[in-house]
Amino acid sequence: MSESHIIWMIIGMGLVTYIPRILPLITAASESWPDWLRRMLTRVPYAVLGALIFPGILYSLDSMAAALAGGVAALILSWLRAPLLAVVAGAILLVTLLRLSTGL
Amino acid sequence: MEQTEILEDSGLQRGLHAGLSIAFGYMPVAITFGLLAGSTGLTAVEAVLMSMVVFAGAAQYMALSMIALSAGALEIILATFIVNIRHLLMSASIHERTENTSRLYRAGMGFFMTDEVFAVSSVQPAPVKAAFVLGTGISAYTSWVVFTGVGYFSGGLLPGVVQESMGIALFALFIALLVPSIKQEGRPALILALMGGGFHFVFQLFLDTGWALMGAVIVSVVLYELTAGRGKSHE
Repeated sequence: MSESHIIWMIIGMGLVTYIPRILPLITAASESWPDWLRRMLTRVPYAVLGALIFPGILYSLDSMAAALAGGVAALILSWLRAPLLAVVAGAILLVTLLRLSTGL
Repeated sequence: MEQTEILEDSGLQRGLHAGLSIAFGYMPVAITFGLLAGSTGLTAVEAVLMSMVVFAGAAQYMALSMIALSAGALEIILATFIVNIRHLLMSASIHERTENTSRLYRAGMGFFMTDEVFAVSSVQPAPVKAAFVLGTGISAYTSWVVFTGVGYFSGGLLPGVVQESMGIALFALFIALLVPSIKQEGRPALILALMGGGFHFVFQLFLDTGWALMGAVIVSVVLYELTAGRGKSHE
């Protein structure tokens, strides 16, 4: 993507983020929404995260084995309630060590 | 009324203070975003500008992963819309709980309405001062923008082999965001995440990146509502 493309993309992302944030505050439209729509909206983040992780993680590095090892490390660290940055750093560290020691 | 009294009453200072907890929480997330933006090939200006204009963590990380997969701008914008439309609910909820103020004020509150700003503001006893929400937002926003820049410039300090391993970072982050939700929400969050990943895997076989992701999210959420979710609310 060219540089001017990225700038326009950022402006577009800002607009589509800002409109849903501001609309209910300046109108009263959302008060009459049905429950099923509200429920579905609250569930969007989980489905998004699942779709972001899989299958993209498989192709995140040259080696699929190293990528899977990094994923498992992140899973274990976050299960143990490690802070966000520690989970990310831990996965990077493990992948780096794997590559240095096995040449994956 | 005297000037000082207005200031004390407005709640701005209390909001700024309450927002410090968010500012602290955003720090590592913003640093990581800046780092990853650099390794994805964005310039420093683009990275900081995205944090200034968009101010939405999940959507910004998603944009990076889609840029890395050479998705188009339109796909990324539409995906951002899908991810951030949830804020409609939060703004609607805040609208019912805040004092009556001018539209300009409310438009300002809307700009800062992230998950975290909403969470802090919504637990305040009603009617919430609009200035409180603004103050909370300003603290959070400042941290987000400043530490995006800090993260961007700290990336160059890393050795080459570590930079090559950075490809796993975004996915580790997504896992780190998802796992606590699953621990807290239990089965619904787990099933939705599995559905999201499963449908994305199928859809990306014949759709472009952004469309496959959006399709997977919409199908997952609708299918969940039709099969398991009816009548159950997390609120």
